[in-house]
Amino acid sequence: MTPQELKAAFIEELIKVAPDIEADMVGDDDHIQDDLELDSMDVLNLVTALHARFGVDIPESDYPQIATPALAVAYLAKSG
Amino acid sequence: MPSLGADMEDGTLVEWMIKPGDTVKRGDVAAVVETQKGAIEIEVFEEGTVHQLTAELGQKLPVGAPLALILGQGEAAPDTPPAPPEPVPAPPSAPSSPAPTVEPTVAEAPPRPAAAPTPVARPPQDVAASPAARRRAAELGVDLATVAGTGLGGAIQLADVEGAVGAAPAKTGTAAVPAHEAVKPSPMAEMRKAIAAAMSRSKREIPHFYVSQTIDLTPAAQWLEAANADRRPSERLLMGALFVRASALAAARIKAVNGHYTNDAHVSSDTVHAGVAVALRGGGLVAPPVFDAQDKTVDETMAAMRDLVTRARAGRLRGSELTMGTITISALGDTGAEAMSGVIFPPQVALVGIGAPQKRPWVTGDRVVPRKTVTVTLSVDHRVCDGRQAARFLAAFDDLMQSPEAL
Repeated sequence: MTPQELKAAFIEELIKVAPDIEADMVGDDDHIQDDLELDSMDVLNLVTALHARFGVDIPESDYPQIATPALAVAYLAKSG
Repeated sequence: MPSLGADMEDGTLVEWMIKPGDTVKRGDVAAVVETQKGAIEIEVFEEGTVHQLTAELGQKLPVGAPLALILGQGEAAPDTPPAPPEPVPAPPSAPSSPAPTVEPTVAEAPPRPAAAPTPVARPPQDVAASPAARRRAAELGVDLATVAGTGLGGAIQLADVEGAVGAAPAKTGTAAVPAHEAVKPSPMAEMRKAIAAAMSRSKREIPHFYVSQTIDLTPAAQWLEAANADRRPSERLLMGALFVRASALAAARIKAVNGHYTNDAHVSSDTVHAGVAVALRGGGLVAPPVFDAQDKTVDETMAAMRDLVTRARAGRLRGSELTMGTITISALGDTGAEAMSGVIFPPQVALVGIGAPQKRPWVTGDRVVPRKTVTVTLSVDHRVCDGRQAARFLAAFDDLMQSPEAL
């Protein structure tokens, strides 16, 4: 997948978890908890969705590495 | 139309989940109703066959109004399958024989008194209300049939009338009516109004007191980290599940903090329906319970919380989930303020407020060591229990959190 495709997929799953977020408004460096206000349950649901979609088993210690769309794209590219 | 909280006056029918001829049992979802707290699935409290849907989609109905007619087994089933649309079927015409009269049951009749002590609404023709409530209702021009009572057997009390007015001041015309009355309020504004009514009532009626304890969270955090390391994301646990589990077990031990306060008395509950405060994105708060939380494992508790949060966010909670909680747990999350003294959710008698975990110096033996800590604050109704019982709850909570593997 290209970085663009990875980002689109990440945002898609993000919006499934938090339907009020508008895709166009999400910046590459927006922090999913500090800026987009996901709580711990939302983050877990996002990680679960990413695992189902990409087969990437993101351990808890790696959560900071998916904390923004830019970080997540790099992480998913490396893991995939 | 069931009462989904003392502050609810009416609801709008938006979807039927049953149709005439369906067989239904207790707990089945009959309809979806739009309320101040979002779209709520309304459950059936009787067993039988759906005879007729009496309410129409889009109709706004006061609490207590019938939505559908359900016939119990062997009850006055009409001979002709297609039911006449309009009049409610009369009882079997057997003038001389005193056949046992079985009243047609309304789909959304409130649970029988033997069930959990939820606030119940009475049909308009049979309104039980205290004299003070009647007087105040007359002053304010409130129709008692639209007020959900929280007293014994659903009797309307003074605060119910005032709460009903507070929830919808525009209705009476005597309270201040804003000029933009005609503008349809947003769902969020409606939710804020519902929260305002419930919280104002709580602070007006419940003499709160608060007891706090800071506990060592390190054992729980380490256990959780190790447990999650071996689990796929879909099976991972959150600290919140441990908090809910510890609260449920502690509440089952110290019964004074569990249950409802109704009719000037505490009705303690043997089961713990642990309400979990869920912040809705964009604002608002609901606290649907993990049912029978004292009997669930940590994994079952976590699964129930995931389901509740998902459905709360999607606006698909059930009516029973708005009224049957016996204690509420509200946690601030992973980061942020270290303590919270919460407002009790009536008719409950206690709320467990959990701050964000903090790394703090901790004395163990004669040494000071860095530890992960959390401050737990129990808000309690002083009409029901005293400081000693509240302190025992916190001691039990602390004790339980020190052995997370046993939760």
